[in-house]
Amino acid sequence: MSTDHAVITISHLNKSFGQNHVLRDFSFSLNKGENVVVLGKSGSGKSVLIKCIIGLVKPESGSVTVLGKDIVSLGHNELDKVRARVGFLFQSNALYDSMSVRENLEFPLRRHKNKLDKIQVTELVLEALDNVGLKHTVDMRPSELSGGMKKRIALARTLILKPEIILYDEPTTGLDPITGKEISRLMRELAQKYQTSSLIISHDLNCVEIVADRIVMLIDGTCYAVGTLDELKRSTDPKIKTFFE
Amino acid sequence: MMIQTQGFRNFLAETGDVARFTARFFKAVFSPRFEMAEFLRQCFYIGYKSLPLVMITAFIMGLVITIQSRPTLVEFGAEAWLPKMVSVSLVREIAPVITALICAGKIGSGIGAELGSMKVTEQIDAMEVSGTNPFKFLIATRVLATTLMVPLLAVLADTVSLYGGYLGANIRGVVSWDLYWNQVFETLVFGDVMPSLLKTFFFGFAIGIIGCYKGYNSNKGTEGVGRSANSAVVISSLLVFIIDLVAVQITDLLNLN
Repeated sequence: MSTDHAVITISHLNKSFGQNHVLRDFSFSLNKGENVVVLGKSGSGKSVLIKCIIGLVKPESGSVTVLGKDIVSLGHNELDKVRARVGFLFQSNALYDSMSVRENLEFPLRRHKNKLDKIQVTELVLEALDNVGLKHTVDMRPSELSGGMKKRIALARTLILKPEIILYDEPTTGLDPITGKEISRLMRELAQKYQTSSLIISHDLNCVEIVADRIVMLIDGTCYAVGTLDELKRSTDPKIKTFFE
Repeated sequence: MMIQTQGFRNFLAETGDVARFTARFFKAVFSPRFEMAEFLRQCFYIGYKSLPLVMITAFIMGLVITIQSRPTLVEFGAEAWLPKMVSVSLVREIAPVITALICAGKIGSGIGAELGSMKVTEQIDAMEVSGTNPFKFLIATRVLATTLMVPLLAVLADTVSLYGGYLGANIRGVVSWDLYWNQVFETLVFGDVMPSLLKTFFFGFAIGIIGCYKGYNSNKGTEGVGRSANSAVVISSLLVFIIDLVAVQITDLLNLN
């Protein structure tokens, strides 16, 4: 496991909920500029893994190092500084219902870039919306948007702070295959444009095909296999084969 | 017996959780950063948006209490005491409690449902990963807003209900505007107004903290959101009566009546 240019390094991570051991001695690293997909069945602990990385869930043991900082031992203020450099796209989009699209995008800016004036904030909001092709929705409410539009707006909000790493939690779940592919292509384009590293949690093979440089198979809570899509497709291991049949 | 014991244990566990949640609220309130814009927005929603409902109810209560008290006083030849009796009942008890109950229903359920749905749609997590302390932004602002807005609404409800009382007194009899208000202000003393005002701060706090606690700890999807809103109303309404009972006992012990 190369850690020379690693932006995320996970070592011997364990997490359980009661008797349910979700992650068992999970180790893995994400290198700078890389797009890695964590592939696993529903309920296999993918979302728990990504939430451990961003510090929303505390692991029982093991370490999570993000941009050189050990997330598990960080205090609130330090954790917020790391989080400002990491974007997170939620499975449910998590757009704030009580705010307009503009306010949703302004929210992280006002927290982390409070020296910006109103004009600069508006420019950044419109640039982020332009990136996802939805400049015209700036004054709409999340309830007025379709599923695909919500996902794009959530992506724009994730990108507005120009994060070095983006974590995607099931980015194409709930979308039709065409919209899912559009979102996957957009993720790829934006990663190239902003030179970000991405960790994508998914079980959508269309998304994997478009986005993944490398795939991590999360099976039985462990990092079961790592490889490119072609390498894993050629695998004779029955547990891996079932994903690609 | 087993079920009763389990129920009692759950009650104690939840009481402990609410106490911890309250302690966390005080810690959040007294440490920067202060979410002033969100606090003012909540004051607007909680105070201003509840104003029509509270005012209409207070007016009707004043009117009804006066109309219903009149025959009894007439029977004893004490009709002239109507403004005095009505003003004490309204200011000491009826207007603050009715205001608090309306707020428990309207605001408590609103906060419970809003925070509950934010929780199940990961909006609270999104706030946390964007570097915002959701407890400060969502809980501290809402609890502070209810604590300050409920007393303000109660003072307005006192005034409007007394006006309703004036109209009620004039439906079957004749009481001049000056005579009515002179009698009201002659009757009401510090011991009537202050304890009733002070207890409304506690009513507001209880409504805010229970609504926030239930919403913030909501789970089990949309079913949980409904349950949070419902239990926020039930528990905060019950707490309003308990606080009222305690406040009356303290006022009585201190001879403020």
